[in-house]
Amino acid sequence: MKKAIKGNHAISYGVKLSKVGVISAYPITPQTTIVEELSEMCASKDLDASFIKVESEHSAMAALIGAATTGVRTFTATSGNGLLLMHEVLHWTAGARLPIVMANVNRAVSGVWNIWAEQTDSLAQRDTGWIQIYCESSQELLDAVIMAYKLAEKVMLPVMIAYDAFFLSHTTEIVDIPDADLVDRFIPPYVPPVSLNFDEPRMFGGFFATDYFYEHRYTLQQATHEALRYYPEVCREFHGVFGRAYDLVETYQAEDAEVILVTAGAITSVSRIAIDKLRAKGEKVGIMKLRMFRPIPVDCWRDVLGKARKVVVIDRNMSVGLGGVFASEIRSALYASDNRPPIYSVIAGLGGRDVTPEDVEGILNHVLTHDKPSDEPLFWGLKQ
Amino acid sequence: MQEIRFHGRGGQGSVIGSEVLAQAFFIEGKFVQAFPAFGVERRGAPVTAFCRIDNQHINLRSQIYHPDHVVVLDASMLDNVNVIEGLKKNGSIVINSSRTPEFYKDFFGDDYRLFVIDAAAIAVSHRLGSAANPIVNTAILGAFSKATGLVGINAILQAIEAYVPVKKAQNQQAAQAAYNQVVKV
Repeated sequence: MKKAIKGNHAISYGVKLSKVGVISAYPITPQTTIVEELSEMCASKDLDASFIKVESEHSAMAALIGAATTGVRTFTATSGNGLLLMHEVLHWTAGARLPIVMANVNRAVSGVWNIWAEQTDSLAQRDTGWIQIYCESSQELLDAVIMAYKLAEKVMLPVMIAYDAFFLSHTTEIVDIPDADLVDRFIPPYVPPVSLNFDEPRMFGGFFATDYFYEHRYTLQQATHEALRYYPEVCREFHGVFGRAYDLVETYQAEDAEVILVTAGAITSVSRIAIDKLRAKGEKVGIMKLRMFRPIPVDCWRDVLGKARKVVVIDRNMSVGLGGVFASEIRSALYASDNRPPIYSVIAGLGGRDVTPEDVEGILNHVLTHDKPSDEPLFWGLKQ
Repeated sequence: MQEIRFHGRGGQGSVIGSEVLAQAFFIEGKFVQAFPAFGVERRGAPVTAFCRIDNQHINLRSQIYHPDHVVVLDASMLDNVNVIEGLKKNGSIVINSSRTPEFYKDFFGDDYRLFVIDAAAIAVSHRLGSAANPIVNTAILGAFSKATGLVGINAILQAIEAYVPVKKAQNQQAAQAAYNQVVKV
C-alpha cells in the first residue's frame, strides 16, 4: 500500500513489519520521531514488542545486548552525539555477534551545536564491526530495515542504516509499504544459533586472554567477508519478492562515464539531476552511489571506478586532519588496482548546508576543467 | 514540477500545512514531497516549509529557492522576511490578512497573482487556536485550492480528515469557508 510518510516513519514501518520484539531507545533530534512512532505502535499493540525507555544511548544499546542474547529481534535508533555515546558498546555488539539493527540519522557532531545532516557520526563507528548501509530515499529506508534483519541474522553481525538528517528523516514522500505476509516469508522469526535461556545454561561475554582474543577478532573479519558474499543473495531474493533491487553499490549513467561521481545518501538524489543536465550537454558523467560501506565491497568499487578517467568523491563528512572519509577509503581500495584514475576529493554540505543540483554541477565542471586533483580536498561553497 | 513555499511563525502550523497539502496532492495521484526548512522551531519565530509536486519521483531534495507559489500564514512577518524571494513571475501569493487586497497590490507589485484571505478570522470562528494565536493552516489550504486550482477542495478535506489529529470537522469547515471567500486582487 502506498502512503506519503516521512523517512523516519518509513524506518518505523520497516521495524513493525520485521516484527521486532524489543526496542530500546533514548530520544535525540532528528531521530526521535522514529521511536515516537514505534512507542505508539507498541502502546496500541500494532506491534507486539517491549519498548524499554532508558537514560542514555549507551544504556539503549546495552539493553539490546541483553535482549538480543536471549534470542529476540531488536532495534534502536539514534543520531550524532547519541551514537558517539554508544561507541564502546557498539564494539561489544559486533564482538558478541549480535544481529541488532539500528537506524542512525546522520547528524553533525557537536560542538558547536548543530543538529543537521553530516555523516561524521556514523563514519566514526567504521572500526566497530557494524555493517553500514547508506540510503537515499524513504523507500530505500523501509526496505533496508527488512533486508538488514535478513543479513544480520545470517552472518550474526549488527547492521546500521545511516541517512541524512532532515533531508530524508523529516521529508514526506511516497513509500510503498509491503504486505506483512510477504515480509513474514522473507524474514521468518529469528532463531538464534545459541541463546541465553534457563534450559541450556551457557556463559556469555567471557574472557579471552592472549591465547584466543586474536583469533576471535579474525573470525569477526571473516564474518564481514561472509556478509559481502551473502548480501547479493539477500538482494536477489528481495527483488524477487518485492520487485526492488539494492546492490552493494548503485550506478547511474556510469557505464560509459569518463567522470564518475561518488556519493552517499541524499546528495545522490540531487546529483542525478546534475548528471542529467551535463549529459544533455554531451559530458560523459555518471554516479556510483555507496550503499554498503562496511564491509567495503572492494571488487565492486574497482569494477565501477576502474573504467573512469577521473573519480570525484563528495563527502558530507570530515576526518579532521585527513579530509573526506569516503575519498580516503576509495583511494585505498583502488591502490592495488590496475586502473587508478585520479581521485578528486570534495567536502560539501557539512552541518546540513544545502547541496543543490547547481552545486553538484559546479563540482563536476571543476573536475572536468582540472587535469589533476589538489592535495587538499576542495571545500565546496565555503564562505570567505 | 510545481514548488510551493510556506512562510509562517512557529506554532501557526506551517509545517503541518505543507504536509496536509502534500497528502491532498497524493490523494489526487501526484508524486509529492514536503519538508520543513529545518530551523530550530520556536514559537513565534519565522518558519519556512516546502511542498513539491510532480508526475514522477522527485529527486530534488534541496530547499525551494524559486517557488511557483508562496503561502503566507502571517502578514506581520512581511517587513522582516522577503516572502517573494525567488518567486517566479506570475506565481501565486496566498496571504492570510484582514487588510484590503489593494494594500498588497501596492506592496508586491504587478508581477504576481495575489490572493488575500482573512484566514485568522475564519480560524477563530471555527475555534481553531485562540484569538491571539489562531491556527490558520487548514483555512489557508482551502484558499490555496481555490486560488491556484492545482488541487481540489475535496482532496484538501480528505487530507485533513486523514492527517489532522484534532478538530477535524472544524478544520474542514474552515478550509471550505476560505475556499468560498478567497479574493483575487
